[in-house]
Amino acid sequence: MFGAGGGTSSYQEVEETDFVLLWGSNARTAHPIYFHHVLKGIRNGAAMYAVDPRLTDSAKFADAWLGIDVGTDIALANALAREIIASDLHAPEFIQHATTGFEQFAEHVDSYTLDFAAEITGVEAGSIKDLAHRYATAESAQILWTLGITEHHNGVENVLSLCNLALLTGHVGRWGSGLVPLRGQNNVQGGGDMGALPNKLPGFQDVNDPIARKKFEELYGVALNPRPGLHLTLMFEAMSKGELSGLYIIGENPAESEADVQRARTLLEGLDFLVVQDIFMTRTAEMADVVLPASVGWAESEGTVTSSERRVQRVRAALTPPEGARHDHDIIGDLAECMNVPWPARSPEELWDELRTLSSMHRGMSYARLEEHQGLQWPCPDNDHPGTTYLHSWLWEEDLGGREPAPFSLTEHSGPKEALSSEFPIRLTTGRVLDSFNTGVQSRGYRSPIRSGSDLEISPMDAEHLGLSNGEEVVVSSPRGSVKMTITIERDQPRGLAFTTFHFPELVDLNVLTNDQWDPLSGTAEFKAAAIRIDKLTGHDRA
Amino acid sequence: MPDLKFSNAEPDESERLLIDALVDNPPIIRHSERVVHGGVRRAKDVRHLLLPGLHLLNNSKGWISPGGLNYLAESLRVPPAEAFGVASFYDLFELEEPEGDGPRHHVCVDPSCAIAGASSYAEHLRSQGHSVHESPCLGQCERGPALFVQARGSAPIDMSSGANEEPQFDTTLSNKLLQRFGNVDPTSLESYRESGGYQALDRALSLGSDEVLKLVTDAGLTGRGGAAFPTGIKWRAVAEHHGPQKYVVANADESEPGTFKDRMILENDPFALIEAMTIAGVSTGCFKGWIYVRGEYTTAAELLTSAIEQAYDAGLLGEHAQNDSYSFDIELRQGAGAYICGEETALFNSIEGFRGEPRSKPPFPTDSGLFGCPTIVNNPETLLNVLEIVLHGVEGFRAAGTRESPGTKLFCVSGDVGRPGLYEAEFGVPLRVLLAAADTPSSEIRAVLLGGAAGSFLGPDQLDVPLSFEGAAASDATLGSGAVMAFSKDADFLGIVSQLAKFFRDESCGQCVPCRIGTTRQHEVLLQIDSTGPNSKQRNLLADLSLVMGDASICGLGHTAASAVQSALREGLLGEPYE
Amino acid sequence: MSNDHVSLVINEQPVTVGAGTTILEAAQSLGIAIPTLCWAENLTPANVCRLCVVEAEGARTLVPACSRACEDGAEIRTDTNRVAQSRRMVLELLDSTNDLSQSPELQTLIDEYGADSSRYTDPATPEPSPKIEDDLFIRAYDRCVLCYKCVEACGEDAQFSFAISIADRGFDARVSTEYDVPLPESACVYCGNCIGVCPTNALQFKTEFDLREASDWRPEDQEVTETICSYCGVGCTLELHTQDNQIVKVTSPADHSVTSGHLCVKGRFGWEYLQAPVYRPPSDP
Repeated sequence: MFGAGGGTSSYQEVEETDFVLLWGSNARTAHPIYFHHVLKGIRNGAAMYAVDPRLTDSAKFADAWLGIDVGTDIALANALAREIIASDLHAPEFIQHATTGFEQFAEHVDSYTLDFAAEITGVEAGSIKDLAHRYATAESAQILWTLGITEHHNGVENVLSLCNLALLTGHVGRWGSGLVPLRGQNNVQGGGDMGALPNKLPGFQDVNDPIARKKFEELYGVALNPRPGLHLTLMFEAMSKGELSGLYIIGENPAESEADVQRARTLLEGLDFLVVQDIFMTRTAEMADVVLPASVGWAESEGTVTSSERRVQRVRAALTPPEGARHDHDIIGDLAECMNVPWPARSPEELWDELRTLSSMHRGMSYARLEEHQGLQWPCPDNDHPGTTYLHSWLWEEDLGGREPAPFSLTEHSGPKEALSSEFPIRLTTGRVLDSFNTGVQSRGYRSPIRSGSDLEISPMDAEHLGLSNGEEVVVSSPRGSVKMTITIERDQPRGLAFTTFHFPELVDLNVLTNDQWDPLSGTAEFKAAAIRIDKLTGHDRA
Repeated sequence: MPDLKFSNAEPDESERLLIDALVDNPPIIRHSERVVHGGVRRAKDVRHLLLPGLHLLNNSKGWISPGGLNYLAESLRVPPAEAFGVASFYDLFELEEPEGDGPRHHVCVDPSCAIAGASSYAEHLRSQGHSVHESPCLGQCERGPALFVQARGSAPIDMSSGANEEPQFDTTLSNKLLQRFGNVDPTSLESYRESGGYQALDRALSLGSDEVLKLVTDAGLTGRGGAAFPTGIKWRAVAEHHGPQKYVVANADESEPGTFKDRMILENDPFALIEAMTIAGVSTGCFKGWIYVRGEYTTAAELLTSAIEQAYDAGLLGEHAQNDSYSFDIELRQGAGAYICGEETALFNSIEGFRGEPRSKPPFPTDSGLFGCPTIVNNPETLLNVLEIVLHGVEGFRAAGTRESPGTKLFCVSGDVGRPGLYEAEFGVPLRVLLAAADTPSSEIRAVLLGGAAGSFLGPDQLDVPLSFEGAAASDATLGSGAVMAFSKDADFLGIVSQLAKFFRDESCGQCVPCRIGTTRQHEVLLQIDSTGPNSKQRNLLADLSLVMGDASICGLGHTAASAVQSALREGLLGEPYE
Repeated sequence: MSNDHVSLVINEQPVTVGAGTTILEAAQSLGIAIPTLCWAENLTPANVCRLCVVEAEGARTLVPACSRACEDGAEIRTDTNRVAQSRRMVLELLDSTNDLSQSPELQTLIDEYGADSSRYTDPATPEPSPKIEDDLFIRAYDRCVLCYKCVEACGEDAQFSFAISIADRGFDARVSTEYDVPLPESACVYCGNCIGVCPTNALQFKTEFDLREASDWRPEDQEVTETICSYCGVGCTLELHTQDNQIVKVTSPADHSVTSGHLCVKGRFGWEYLQAPVYRPPSDP
């Protein structure tokens, strides 16, 4: 956002904000301890509105829930913006001072009337207006989101639409106001920070920036490829075109986690050479030519991870890994030596200190300081720096800290790539449940008393219409394939919407159904919106 | 509304209808399939309906079924575990289906009723096949043994229901607070007004709130519930808060063994309480009053309900009452069998739909009371005095009583006495005179328990103690709620004292360690004492328990739970006296 | 004196603290120890155990140091005989009621204050019956001192699940679900935050319970390692308690700005896959 790849605010700020807008996030379930901070905010008097196709456990805490149709976020955001401008609730001084493109933006959203948005989203105009006024008039306000915003074919545009709202109202760059994407795994943020992005070097330095590259080249003693690489989705594209024939996968299970997973499996099988480095013999590892057993990052290894509030924290080895399993950095280091590349820094701390010389935002974060401060939030440029609680305070500085003003973005509503049809009339969306995690390879290991399996949740009206009862087994089909699932009738579920989790591929090979249409800007697939049909079992299916 | 989980237990149709009628402003509003308004705040606003809802369920079936409780909890968005925790707090609620269809008979076994033959009465009822529960004091001590009946499918009934007997009160020593008793029809606002009712409110309105506050303060009125805190200070503290919500609470959860004065006020003079609360409201800027009546006072609650209705109908309550002179509402709440709810902060929790556990003080109710707002809590007797003060002024009021304890006091005389009943007397009247008025010769008396279970025993040599706050204090005693229980030489003091100890064991809310375990251990020790009296080990143990309960408990229940036991030991009622 | 500070004297030592500071905090700043049981830094003071009572000049009764805010000009004593007597009795009463054998800190205090629970003949006690309703943790309510911490952690102080409440009254008061239904049927989400705050081990990991049953619970051989949970991007600090290269329980530091000591079910219990003897394909049953 505005030039930095991280959430703007600290967790503590949501405890002290006046207004929480939870959008496309079921944090109560997926980020339970972050939601504790939200709950403290509510206990302290904050109002909360939730925008989500489902009345999630998180939304149940909200003063109001707006149940939009899947994939209509931009229509809602633009209508909120239009209403805020039309009611003169925007922040003209801030806009004048810190942003560009307001005039075009105002003109652009002018067609997004409340009635138009109501028709697109399925939410009454009055409620959209109410949300616009509450958000705009709050003293401080935060927008929180998760994959409900990003796992769409236009996920980046969704995010930009939310950023527009913050710029319009000045709800950013101040304590208690900001934009907070919650990360799904303990080091999604850290992976990006460390340059595990096809176009970035550590510290969000561009691969195609020769000055940045030179620092690394001098230290590594090699010339770096100046061209951005491929992200995961493009790798599969390259595989399908025969341009990519070898793959080295570390800690990822695409043979179960990719959308349209049958296609992914076919492509993985077609590789000339597949190396998988993992702590489990996953379905992907089973397909590999070479499996490199790794130790568990958070319990058997030393290192750091970075959280959704940009807090870099230490992970430590509590257990000795099983025989033969090795630390990721040892495996990679040995591979490097096998390739005759000198690899001077080998301990995690030495590697970290090397990083600190290359990435200025990490420079002040020695292991000793991380220990002393319970982690530090980047940017932390020197050894006396306390870390940064919230980003973009420069928006409020007189000279903008010497930066360019933040631009408004023009985004257009375009619903899910896969439109509903008479053949596939029901929208399928997916999400997490509390006690499970991703494809379940880790969370399946403990005996949770609240494990609920992988049922398909549908509304009472749809159940009645289709003649289905609770617990009935059905066939669920998308344009890509079919799976058997069990029906749960969920009282709060809107008509036409089905929901399930993706944690139990061994029970339901769910990603057979999901859509791999992806966002050209981020490479993320549209997991959140497939079109499906639900059929009763025939005698043949039962057999 | 948190993401609460409710059970699959279903209510039956009657339970569903009862709850639906109760919750007219539900915490969740489904505007449409796509817009739901809820939130934590809306659920907080309706939680006070939990206790009334529990009453409805219990009255309808004789117990609270899992389906009924679940439906009530879901309708109010109260976590089911908390709803269960609240329901199980109260004696009058059953959470298991009772055997048989018959009513549940509560027979008081506390000292005065024990003397009046409670145990044989209970036996008699049992022999007739009734289900009998041995109850703590039911506040009917002037006509023991007391009975309270909970039938299935209807509201419970107390002894005043349909009673033809004349109420036993005596105004020979003084007649101010009791002046309308027997002369005014408690079911008729008209009758109350004809006898001068609502003149005090008119006068208060013409005087203005500053003047009323000054009157109440200068009159030296103090609380009649037991703590004797100056009423004027309380009122002024609340008047000085300028928040939007402030409350007046009439604490009619009278449950101190041997005490029945507030019941008699409510049954004989309910409009006086309403008028006095209105004066408190208009003088301190409170727009809402609550009356919390103990659950066993069913007749009083009925009369109050009718009185409140009549006051609304006559434009004496409500918004813009009396041609927009003031706005004041009153809502009635019934307790459900918990002595501790007479403690003011426990009472707040009870009204709010939480367990009746006392809160830590400070903050005091005048700063943070009911629903966290500034709150005046007064006893009905205290409030009745306000009418006297407003009508007759400081001097008129101070003409009775002593300098430190001005005015008159209601005494509840019971036990081994000639004429048990409610007696009004000026503060400072010697105990002996009061007993004589009740046709009780001093020579017959071995001990008097002054102030109820939380009070202390006085011996024959202390019968000249002047009944004023300062007079009682000088004898190491307290007037408490005005309970005066007399016992003859033949009384079974070990049994009486053990029963008082059991009372505290049963009535402790269980929150703090000194009281929860201390009252239990105290009762156990007393049960282990034989007729020769406690040995030194037992005396030491009782002394240590007294110390920790008195010093380290959260509230007055624990602070006073050893008071009667220790005074009985001092008085030699349980064996050789000691110091 | 400004409005945001108060000055008082504790055990004859003057101290100035911010308004709202509790007596406990002020005493700690002077290095004066006050014992606590129901108090925890990550919970609202329940104010029920009364172990922390101190003497305040002018107060009729002792006052709880954990929740009472310092008043300007107050004179506090934590070391009088009166204070010691009350604390001794609180400990004695608890010891007469509960199995405190797994509460080393209370055992130390019992010795220190000379509490003698053998003075009570046939005292009533709760039934010794651990509730084992799942594979994750057990509840042994004969060790429960009713400190309210678990109820607070399950409720508004952290989890907002409200699966448990105090039920009944007086000596019969107990921690309970609605109608005592088993935890898996209740609103419990198995975050284990109740275990995290339990001071007497009434609530404990099933792993710990099993090791104790097998007489193989060896705190002296255990290590605690701080690391970060892997299950989402919030970054919760975990304290992994290990014995013989196995995790035996998981806690989180109460003073951590991210967790305040609280976790979710995955962070608390989701480590079992690490204990598998060999790395197996996940599709194996």
